[in-house]
Amino acid sequence: MSIIVRQDKCTGCETCVDSCPFDAIEMRDGRAFINEYCNACTTCLPVCPEGAIIETEPAASDSARKFADYKDVLVFAEQREGRVAPVSLELLGAGRRLADELGSQLLAVLLGADESEAGELVKWGADRVYLCSDPVFGKFNDDTYAGALLRIIEEQKPSIVLAGATPVGRSFIPRVAARLRTGLTADCTSLEIDGETGNLVQIRPAFGGNIMASILCPDYRPQMATVRPRVMKRGQYDAGRTGEIIHTDFKDLNSRTKVVETVKEVSEVSVNLHEADIIVSGGRGAGGEKGFKILRELAEALGGAVGASRAAVDEGWIPYSHQVGQTGKTVNPKIYFACGISGAVQHLVGMQSSDIIIAVNKNPDAPIFNVATYGIVGDMFEIVPMLTAKIKELKGQQ
Amino acid sequence: MNIIVCIKQVPDTAEIKINPETNTLMREGVPSIINPFDLHALEAAVRIKEDLGARVTALTMGPPQAESSLREAISMGADDAVLLSDRAFAGSDTWATSYALAGAIRKLGADIVFCGKQAIDGDTAQVGPETAEFLDIPHVSYVRNIEWIRDNTIRVQRLMDEGYDVVESPLPVLLTVVKELNQPRMPSLKGKMAAKKAQIRMMGKADIEADEDSLGLKGSPTKVKSIFAPETKAGRMMIEGGPEEQVDILIKELRKIKCL
Amino acid sequence: MDYFLDEEQLMIRDLARQIADEKIVPVRAELDEKEEFPWDIMKALAQSDFFGLYIPEEYGGLGKGGFELSIAIEELSRACLGVSTSYAANALGTYPILLFGSEEQKKKYLPDIASGRRLVAFALTEANAGSDAAGVQTTARLEGEEYVLNGTKQWITNGGEAEIYTVIAITDRAKGARGASAFIVEKGTPGFTFGKKENKMGIRASSTRELIFEDCRIPKENLIGRQGMGFIVAMKTLDKSRTGVGAQGVGVAQGAFEAAVNFAKERRQFGAPVISFQAVQHMLADMATQIEAARALVYSVARYIDSGARDVSKESAMAKLFATDVAMKVTVDAVQVMGGSGYMREYPVEKMMRDAKILQIYEGTNQIQRNIIGQSLIKETAKKRQGG
Repeated sequence: MSIIVRQDKCTGCETCVDSCPFDAIEMRDGRAFINEYCNACTTCLPVCPEGAIIETEPAASDSARKFADYKDVLVFAEQREGRVAPVSLELLGAGRRLADELGSQLLAVLLGADESEAGELVKWGADRVYLCSDPVFGKFNDDTYAGALLRIIEEQKPSIVLAGATPVGRSFIPRVAARLRTGLTADCTSLEIDGETGNLVQIRPAFGGNIMASILCPDYRPQMATVRPRVMKRGQYDAGRTGEIIHTDFKDLNSRTKVVETVKEVSEVSVNLHEADIIVSGGRGAGGEKGFKILRELAEALGGAVGASRAAVDEGWIPYSHQVGQTGKTVNPKIYFACGISGAVQHLVGMQSSDIIIAVNKNPDAPIFNVATYGIVGDMFEIVPMLTAKIKELKGQQ
Repeated sequence: MNIIVCIKQVPDTAEIKINPETNTLMREGVPSIINPFDLHALEAAVRIKEDLGARVTALTMGPPQAESSLREAISMGADDAVLLSDRAFAGSDTWATSYALAGAIRKLGADIVFCGKQAIDGDTAQVGPETAEFLDIPHVSYVRNIEWIRDNTIRVQRLMDEGYDVVESPLPVLLTVVKELNQPRMPSLKGKMAAKKAQIRMMGKADIEADEDSLGLKGSPTKVKSIFAPETKAGRMMIEGGPEEQVDILIKELRKIKCL
Repeated sequence: MDYFLDEEQLMIRDLARQIADEKIVPVRAELDEKEEFPWDIMKALAQSDFFGLYIPEEYGGLGKGGFELSIAIEELSRACLGVSTSYAANALGTYPILLFGSEEQKKKYLPDIASGRRLVAFALTEANAGSDAAGVQTTARLEGEEYVLNGTKQWITNGGEAEIYTVIAITDRAKGARGASAFIVEKGTPGFTFGKKENKMGIRASSTRELIFEDCRIPKENLIGRQGMGFIVAMKTLDKSRTGVGAQGVGVAQGAFEAAVNFAKERRQFGAPVISFQAVQHMLADMATQIEAARALVYSVARYIDSGARDVSKESAMAKLFATDVAMKVTVDAVQVMGGSGYMREYPVEKMMRDAKILQIYEGTNQIQRNIIGQSLIKETAKKRQGG
């Protein structure tokens, strides 16, 4: 598939040039020309007022046939100190949905935990669990984790492999993808099956989180993706569900790296943000530390935590541990206050699953209002202190 | 000791805006910078050079204009710079990028390869580990401290969700670094003067003995199908009126749904 | 205005500006408040080679002149005069070695100074010797292979923080002005201690301290130049450094001006930004014109000195006098343009105004600068008469 400009129709208006996210359209002799940077993303097609940009040889949809051997959905189930990590349950939820759609089985790989934990994976939706309880997996080393997963993938030939976008998953999964010569999409926020081709449509923020992209891996298998914790919903827990637990052994795997010590250091802020029912966040519009002072007062009045956008963290108004968004934390509280936050995609992906979003911004066109349950166009320096005072008053009456 | 620092020239994504009417990126006038995480990687390399002695080579894959980021790297302490550039690399995803970078690193030879933890335009964090796999060397991600290097071994701290691991690895190794590792220095005047005169070594596909089918868009397993703006949430309510009125309505609404 | 800086001069200006914006601006209020010496910034300047700017390449420097130094000082001053004073005082302390030091002294001290490993301070002023340099009472007595120093220096910039001090002391009181000599004294020498640190109106990030010499013995070879040359060393050093003070004036004025313009564009009164009012525009126009005139003079004199001109007392005094008077006027006016906001600590201009005052006082008050200019005029007319 490729994108071309019909020279007879192009008027040289240059409208398409800026639309291209890859800088792949340039003007040559007064006409648009698509250069080698084109990713065939088709963003420019509807932009052209003349309809001069067209797609040639539409994508062949025979991947389903070509990859008939590759069927199942496989989830890498991460553990922490032998206990299945929450993100694994979220992956099982997403994986179950995809497997059902494809009419295939949901496999899980669990390294460094015992059989009862593997049983939990079954109850959360796995059909088959590949379990290795060898203590060598108690510590995370890329070589052993990659080696083990690779072997199971090569044997089982899953169509889809999902892992958590955690420090563990993000570190060793790329090695597996590199070895398998297949695509890996990082930090997906949504996963769907394309009804026509059966391909996995992987959606993630792109260009610094300014916009969303949907990504395919049409010509290689498995299709691999990492998913951020707290983005996918857990599936149904069924205590009576049964499945197969297959004990596997990887005695011959060696690791070149060696973990000599593991040190616990839990930041209180990160725990607070993840557990808070109410988060009050500020962005560039908070204007400085003073803006965060009034946000903290509101958070205190509500018994919530304080969050921030990347812009505010980059300005140094508040530490990174408070950052919500693609490069910060993903949160889903009951109420999320976005004050002076414009609402770049980078931020939205970290908080849009919150139950209620309240946005306060001076700019009525700020994209944050597109996701807000309640929007207030106004100055946070006026609105927030007033809100804090009134809430305190209410609580005082109770 | 030879150290290679992989850097990427990226648009300053904080400056990118979206055209609300067409939902397309407005990139005009957005400055190009060295990916901020890569500056920490470079700083780590230069500090090893100062402490133990090493030759630091900055390597970037990108279009010819990425040369300016290599000169900047020299002004901050890199000794050499290599620009891996070829039209055949255009459209590379993380797999094809890592494949090409690994080819260049194999040619150049390195005891330590440093990368930033991720690039701010893609935010994938995949190129470092994938490159290590292609090179068949170990890697450690999210390095927040380098404890020591001796007897062909390096000991580092790897940032984890709930603390950190102390990890030892034999050399050669690839390390991806986080901002906590160090504070990147400013360029120096001598470095800037050297950067102006420096010869940037060019490498193309022929220099890395690459398999043609593994390069660029053709070699990339992932394809971007479409680019779009996120959906608008249904059922939203804009609260009108003066500030006090707005606050009162909000409180009433929140009480109605028992959130207060 | 374009002063036709060459590529390297532009590089120096841009990098100094980058350091000022990224390292100085975020901390200047705190440094001022806490009266804290800016070690982190000094380290950043050292790492970026700024301490070697005016030192010859053979001693590890960049071999540039006073003009390049002035450009750097101007940019740092635009952000904070306290920081730029600490930096510029280093050059002031180095000039005696650079101008009159022996080859051995240069080899021993200049590489460390150029790399920023050791800071330098110049010590002339005493309780009874300010504008009247002849009032110096610190003595240096030759005893065998050593000089023995006794006395107290006052208000020494970088005092306590610097490791190398160039000190003017009397070696032969009977000889009057020709009885003073210049010495290098290193921190840590027995008998050399520091007195109280001053609490100042402005430039509070810089350190101003007493130096106390009590039978402080230094090797004979620490004498700079010959015995009796102390006042010449001091005067030539000050001739060299005055454009740097002028550059400080240009820089702080520029910084205050920019803050005032930004404010005037944002601040609305009577339904319009205050910059649209002619009363404000005229003030800003005067400020801009004065700054440009000061900069043109400072740059011209710095270039004139670098060209190797012999007697530069009058020109350097003019540059210092004019640019620092402009600095005082412009910073006061910047506060005025910003009104109540300008007076508050929240904005940087009140600090700039407090800082600027020292420029009219140190390294020769502006009254002394006028004396220097006046004396030069008398000398010039006398010469003309003889020649004619």
